[in-house]
Amino acid sequence: MALLEIRNLHVALEDGTEIVRGVDMSVNTGEVHAVMGPNGSGKSTLAYALMGHPSYEITEGEILLDGENVVEMGADERAQRGLFLAFQYPQAIPGVTVASFLRSAVNAIRKARAGGEDDPVKIPEFRKQLTAAMESLKVPKEMTSRYINEGFSGGEKKRVEILQMAMLQPKIAVLDETDSGLDIDALRIVAEGVQGLVGPDMGALVITHYQRILNYITPDFVHVFVDGRIVEEGGPELAHKLEAEGYEAFVPQLVGGES
Amino acid sequence: MAATTESEIVQGIGSDYEIKYGFHVDEDYFFKSGRGLSHDLVDAISSHKGEPDWMRRFRHRSLDYFVARPLPEWGGNVAEIDFENIFYYIRPTENQATSWEDLPPDIKDTWDKLGIPEAEKNYLAGVGAQYESEVVYHKLQEELENQGVIFLDMDSALRDHEDVVKQYFGTIIPQNDNKFAALNSAVWSGGSFIYVPPGVKVELPLQAYFRINAENMGQFERTLIIVDEDAYVHYVEGCTAPIYTSDSLHSAVVEIIVKPRGRCRYTTIQNWSNNVYNLVTKRAVAYEDATMEWVDGNLGSKLTMKYPAIWLMGDRAHGEVLSIAFAGKGQHQDAGGKCVHVAPNTTSVITSKSISKNGGRAGYRGLLEVAKGAHGAKSKVVCDALILDEDSRSDTYPYIRIDENDVDIGHEATVSKIGEEQLFYLMSRGISETEASAMIVSGFVEPITKELPLEYAVEMNRLIQLQMEGSVG
Repeated sequence: MALLEIRNLHVALEDGTEIVRGVDMSVNTGEVHAVMGPNGSGKSTLAYALMGHPSYEITEGEILLDGENVVEMGADERAQRGLFLAFQYPQAIPGVTVASFLRSAVNAIRKARAGGEDDPVKIPEFRKQLTAAMESLKVPKEMTSRYINEGFSGGEKKRVEILQMAMLQPKIAVLDETDSGLDIDALRIVAEGVQGLVGPDMGALVITHYQRILNYITPDFVHVFVDGRIVEEGGPELAHKLEAEGYEAFVPQLVGGES
Repeated sequence: MAATTESEIVQGIGSDYEIKYGFHVDEDYFFKSGRGLSHDLVDAISSHKGEPDWMRRFRHRSLDYFVARPLPEWGGNVAEIDFENIFYYIRPTENQATSWEDLPPDIKDTWDKLGIPEAEKNYLAGVGAQYESEVVYHKLQEELENQGVIFLDMDSALRDHEDVVKQYFGTIIPQNDNKFAALNSAVWSGGSFIYVPPGVKVELPLQAYFRINAENMGQFERTLIIVDEDAYVHYVEGCTAPIYTSDSLHSAVVEIIVKPRGRCRYTTIQNWSNNVYNLVTKRAVAYEDATMEWVDGNLGSKLTMKYPAIWLMGDRAHGEVLSIAFAGKGQHQDAGGKCVHVAPNTTSVITSKSISKNGGRAGYRGLLEVAKGAHGAKSKVVCDALILDEDSRSDTYPYIRIDENDVDIGHEATVSKIGEEQLFYLMSRGISETEASAMIVSGFVEPITKELPLEYAVEMNRLIQLQMEGSVG
């Protein structure tokens, strides 16, 4: 069984509107999956639902992480089991510094992995890891004493999302439109950062509208996502096809299939 | 990365008010008055202390003012206070100690549990410890004594420095200023007296700790601080009480004089149990180029009505009020600050952060006044409220009176709720909902806690964490 198994997943808004309408997908460590689709196709809803956002209700289906159904769990428990979401719009938390936030998060996950016993990371070890991760992501040192995401530029926010990913070492990382709002240099740094983390300990699910991030993160699988469903699957060549031809080819097919 | 350390310490603590502060010990007192208030009681207190006649007369007159004044009808509900049920004076020990070892075991244990002797060793220049009505322990570093700094309990100051006390006592807050100041003036006991001579900078804080132990206790300490020219002092007070089902009353008066170019910072971490009415009058005057700062944290009590005030009397004097009010279940914090600009080119900043949860009510009530002639005055008032649930309430009463044209006044107020998106963001990193809420609240008050010395910032964050766990009250 794959590390992350999504089975027949249906997700609705609080008013009952169904946004994700039956998704199946398997992601393993070492793999990069790209979910590509037009705006409004429900890609971000899929990302939020995987992480457990309370405004999105899973009306049917299962999300298995390491064989365990996490659908009833809060976001904190999912994160403790190795799931990570890099947000499209990361939240600012005034008064909470990046360093303090990262320490709290690292320690929360360590505590869960130690069976609920406090197991705080030693400060020199934490600093060493943080410094190394910041250098590779070209995050300036003074960033650690700023309040998380407050007054950050789009590029800073995305870099700090990936910094969190590097520090928390998830098993499965979901990246929601991480490429949006980045200039080409920032995109390269962020994407290479993600690529560097994919390996025997981590797999990634890259949600994107455009193909360009996939120039730096080579996907093993590409899923085309339209109107809440996966309508086409293939290898990296599918991403290039989408780039050249757009999503039009898939939209009428879906409409036709529904009528 | 100081904040990291704080956050770690905050997380490591899971105790609650009941165990940490809410305990009480048996009463074995040198003297305990009966319940209720009368001229006989006032006489008894004054005789007990062997006071000069002028103070005895001051007390009697104050009692008349107290009786004559109606209860305030604004702020919180004070109509339920049963003044006849309160013990107004308890003297726990015959003599004040200068060594913790000399205290009766129960009282010493109490201070140990509250961590005061430990704090004294590590980061304080002097400590006064008031238990019920009297300061039972008092000590100042010898080096400061040699520099002429006076740090005494108020009763000793009246004995040893009667002329200075007589010169200033009741001049900043007249005995008939308000009903509770009148009450304090009638039955005051304990509190601190501080004099810092010209040019002397007291680098480490001086701390007073106020502890109520008896049920239905009334504690009425009286504090007078005089910071002479070019001098500096940071005074910190903390307070706690046992949890009882019936009410206690704490009503202090604090008067501060900051002379030209002097600076005084007064920090309060108020953590009374939820059966204590906390009705306090605090006022400072700042002369030419002087700075007065109130850092006022209100976490405990049933009802707090407290608005630390600064009168900017000399050119370019600067005043600052930083206020945190946290109201949980059954609590009403009516907190705030007042700045009155009397002299030209004076500046002031009032920053208020209030948090309410579980049906609590927290608010800001403040006054900004610029008198005619105080041209070039600059002031900024910022009050932010955070409401954690639907049952809780926040109020803002920003009074502004400006009688001068050439001024620069700013006022901002925000009210917010803990956002679901913020919580989700933190939780998606593995942080539990309780801890995530506490982080958001700690972040909200961070502009104020960062002004505190580390030990108090940690204490403040820890108290907020306790409040968030819902274990208080």
